[in-house]
Amino acid sequence: MAELVNLTINGQAIQAEKGTLLIEVARQNGIEIPAFCYYPGLTLQAACRMCLVEVEKTPKLQVGCTLPVADGMVVHTESDTVRQSRKGMIEFLLTNHPLDCPVCDKGGECELQDMTFRYGAGESRFTERKVHVDEQQWSPVVYFDAPRCILCYRCVRVCNEGIGVGALGVSNRGVISEIVPNRHDYLECDECGACIDICPVGALTSGSYRYQTRPWEMTHVGTICTHCGDGCRTTLGVRDDKIMRGNNRDSSGINGDFLCIKGRYAFDFVEHPERLQSPMLRNAAGEFEPISWSTAFATIAETFTAVKARRGKFGVVGSNHTTNEENYFLQKFARQGLGTKNIDHHRTGDLATFFDALSGKNAALATAGDLYTAKAVLVVGADLAQQHPLLSYQARANFRHHNAHIYAVTTGPVREDNQAIASVRVAAGGELAGVESLRDKLKAEGDLVIVFGDSIQGDGLRKLVAFGDSLGIPVKYVCLVDYSNSRGAFDMGLIPRDGGMSIEQMLAAKDLDVLWVVGANPLKNAALGSTNAFVIVQDLFMTETANHAHLVLPAASVYEKNGTVTNVCGEVQKLKQAVKVMGTKTDLEIMGSIAKEMNLNLGIWLPDKVFAEIRKTVHGYDVSLPVVDTGGAAPTMPLNGRVPALPGAIQSAGDTLFTSGSMSRYSKILNAVIESPGGLYGGKEPEVSAQSPTASGQMPGGTVQS
Amino acid sequence: MMTFSPQLEQKFAKMLTSYPEGKKRSAVVPMLIYAQDEVGSITSELIDEVARRCEVTPLQVDEVVGYYSMLHRNPMGKYHVQVCTNISCLLVGGMELYEHACKKLGIGHKQVAADGQFSLEEVECMGACSWAPAVEINYDFHHHVTPEKLDQLIDGLRKAQ
Repeated sequence: MAELVNLTINGQAIQAEKGTLLIEVARQNGIEIPAFCYYPGLTLQAACRMCLVEVEKTPKLQVGCTLPVADGMVVHTESDTVRQSRKGMIEFLLTNHPLDCPVCDKGGECELQDMTFRYGAGESRFTERKVHVDEQQWSPVVYFDAPRCILCYRCVRVCNEGIGVGALGVSNRGVISEIVPNRHDYLECDECGACIDICPVGALTSGSYRYQTRPWEMTHVGTICTHCGDGCRTTLGVRDDKIMRGNNRDSSGINGDFLCIKGRYAFDFVEHPERLQSPMLRNAAGEFEPISWSTAFATIAETFTAVKARRGKFGVVGSNHTTNEENYFLQKFARQGLGTKNIDHHRTGDLATFFDALSGKNAALATAGDLYTAKAVLVVGADLAQQHPLLSYQARANFRHHNAHIYAVTTGPVREDNQAIASVRVAAGGELAGVESLRDKLKAEGDLVIVFGDSIQGDGLRKLVAFGDSLGIPVKYVCLVDYSNSRGAFDMGLIPRDGGMSIEQMLAAKDLDVLWVVGANPLKNAALGSTNAFVIVQDLFMTETANHAHLVLPAASVYEKNGTVTNVCGEVQKLKQAVKVMGTKTDLEIMGSIAKEMNLNLGIWLPDKVFAEIRKTVHGYDVSLPVVDTGGAAPTMPLNGRVPALPGAIQSAGDTLFTSGSMSRYSKILNAVIESPGGLYGGKEPEVSAQSPTASGQMPGGTVQS
Repeated sequence: MMTFSPQLEQKFAKMLTSYPEGKKRSAVVPMLIYAQDEVGSITSELIDEVARRCEVTPLQVDEVVGYYSMLHRNPMGKYHVQVCTNISCLLVGGMELYEHACKKLGIGHKQVAADGQFSLEEVECMGACSWAPAVEINYDFHHHVTPEKLDQLIDGLRKAQ
């Protein structure tokens, strides 16, 4: 424990760690020192002068956000002088600030509005003409209204430091200072909207939310983003059964207030006009015809029962974005109800080998939090900023706050290079040699988290774990998988174990009788070998696979259901239903209804009941209910016992920041920003010439380090 | 990529080593000023080049260009007349001097005369308060300037051509 000091704030005796900022100490003790520019986790700015406080024995008011506490300090945060200075500051900030609160998006949750209510300055002595600049659109996502800006630099800092893009700056000086985008009149960036979220006033507004609603008209539903595997918590603002916005305004969950464009804006696929809203059966003419749910269930039950009775061949393909409950129920349905082992999902990381290689080890699975606290992070064969933005954000924050050593072994330039103590460029397939070249450096680290992509699988994965073992330091791992519940799909058993068929084998089999696809698109780039197979598809949209189906069922998206998902780090988090789309049913309800129609007893199909069964029967899922129920992330530890190798291919879908499988095709906002440079590895093709890895590590100052 | 004269290149090479490790950003302002003298103004190519050499983003250089009044995005005249109107100069006729300069040259703030010989700028404090009102023409300071003295200065420069 660091040295403690005693101080007094507003007559209250307080003990605090020496060197802590006064504003933080006050907050921890329930005393609010107002501030616009101060933001926890970002560099100090001391620009807004709202946090001025009186400190005895100092002649002038002191800046609370940059003042470290010291022994014997006597502070007054609500004295007349302080209140007077705050009122003066507000009056100053309002000199050019337009009084358009009634139409401003921020009205009702605006920090400047709140402070004006609290400290007054309702009347201005400033009678000159206000400086006005017209609002600008910088991207499909970001709009800027300069007169509202109070120049707190929060957006500039969060973009520079938090996101690592640095797309915003401040140009000019004095009264004509304004925030400027990196391409003069437009933005070229991650389009994550962090600048909009962090803006204390309504200067930065979002293209999808602006002028749509007022904050108090929405209900706020905390759920988990359905796009990549990181499992960020997103709070959806819902009005009249329509999602108006996404953010994480309460900084809860593993991601704090971080979200990328997908979590913040790409919920709009939910209301895409092409959503399937009725079950459809292919008629004799080969065309889809809407049918009732009861007809659909009866048809499926009849087919399943008949095929099962004649010992026909089933193929079941699950999803990597349906819930754990649905995945569990689907495999139970397949194994117990249909008596088939042919069950699989699109596997994007070699979890089988991963769990097998780590079998018997303790604390070898890293959580998203570990990337922020580890002494060193090694990224192997992945463009984290594109594919796993939260993990990238965590590593970056670790570097900024704790000087963590970041290492990157990749086939092309990645954002981690900017923080890395050593970056190694390798040809595809040379990742392990690249890792080996860092051996001496890694050995000297206190502890390490290794994050690796789909290029590390099978034997290579075992070698990587052996390498980790040989370092003699505590090593934890993250095996990267795409999509919100790839990890859950594997853990729940959507895998062809005990001699079952993989997706490839199912598609190739000439004698398949039934192909049941739940929320997946296996026929996107492949053909179905069996001409007689009855194909049933549950999905949101008419995907390539649904187009081959005989029967299509409209499924609910993750934002329309309850349940749990497991993120890339194996942390279980709870979903909460935000909206309902007419005509759809959750996959769990669909499967339960088919089971009922077939007179199968597979248990109650309520998410909570199925989750209770998962906690009892799935290895490593006996997680703490209070953690999960209160919106926390409960780590799972399925590391015990051998996991046999599985047939079938493992490949990441290679999604970027702006794509997310078939869902992204139906998201207007993701398609609107698609021209932004979002390619993996800076859009460059991996080099293939080099035999041995070339080290080109750069320190933040550009010195070649490796 | 831009290259400068050998003398300037030499200067820049030395400049980049005069700051502590990883602090090349410190060279942005001097580099911009010297480059402006050679190139004539701060072009977007120049911004990109300085950014590359100082290992910052072009936006970070752009911020600096926007902030400092002595950095110009457009070429100024051969003789750049800078009149201070900050408080010390203002009290002893800086504003009148500036207005006189406007009339004399027929141009306003940050404008260039048609012949390209003269440009005018109303500047902030140049640190010459003791000799107010002060005028700077290119890098030469002129103290206790009166409208008459300014006329002589400008006429003198015109003749010198």
